[in-house]
Amino acid sequence: MAKKVLQVIETAYRGTLEEQDDTVVWLTQAMKGAGLATDVMLRGNAVNYPVSAQDASGLAFGERKQTQPPRIHADLTKLLEKGATVYVVRDDLAARGIQMKELIGGLTAVATSEVPGIFAAYDQIWHW
Amino acid sequence: MTTRTTLTLVLMDAPYENARTTTALRLLDIAARRGYNVNVFAYEGAVYVPFAKQAPHPNAVHGRDVAEEDHPNPKDWVAAIMAEAERQGGKIDWVQCGLCVDERGAAESIPGPRRGSPADLVKFAEASDNTLVIPTK
Repeated sequence: MAKKVLQVIETAYRGTLEEQDDTVVWLTQAMKGAGLATDVMLRGNAVNYPVSAQDASGLAFGERKQTQPPRIHADLTKLLEKGATVYVVRDDLAARGIQMKELIGGLTAVATSEVPGIFAAYDQIWHW
Repeated sequence: MTTRTTLTLVLMDAPYENARTTTALRLLDIAARRGYNVNVFAYEGAVYVPFAKQAPHPNAVHGRDVAEEDHPNPKDWVAAIMAEAERQGGKIDWVQCGLCVDERGAAESIPGPRRGSPADLVKFAEASDNTLVIPTK
């Protein structure tokens, strides 16, 4: 039986402007496409990733303008559409003053106290 | 007599690793737009920021070909900032730490940056109104 892997993303906005995405969300999308049974848990600063109003457009250096800024919330929506579960840790949202209504739809909000139980449902936990 | 502001930035992070590289280049861009003279000392991984062999690529996950993806390689940002500085009458003097370049095999940079040593950083600091270090964390 295929291994079930949970991607715990905690380090956020690491090289996202240069990469035009989050590299771990990107890797998860690619691995999902390659057949890996994988879900995502957003915690720490990464709970900002599904905020739907974020806008990274407008970056320019001299006369060179970025035309494809990262749209991480949209990338997460695509991941949800592919059948992945995307957990978001409610306590980390609260600590940053982010409300659920500010996020994209389809997320599964969990309390920190529920995290160990969720981990137990996976064969491997990859912490990024 | 009006004197042109001179700043020194010390960069330490490799590109594609965190937001500090982009933030440093944004500060550099603002300084260039204001016509400041800016010295840059690229130390350790930062010598890869103007690395000439960076290449754009298509992105199947994004569903875009190489042209649509328009991947922004930092070397192009550096070139754009240097061109902006020139347009505004300022100058970017970008020094690559020579030993850092050697240990990484990063000698092939775009036109503009030059090889140097800590002695250049000393000269930069002495000639600058201020110096901002943006270190690796």
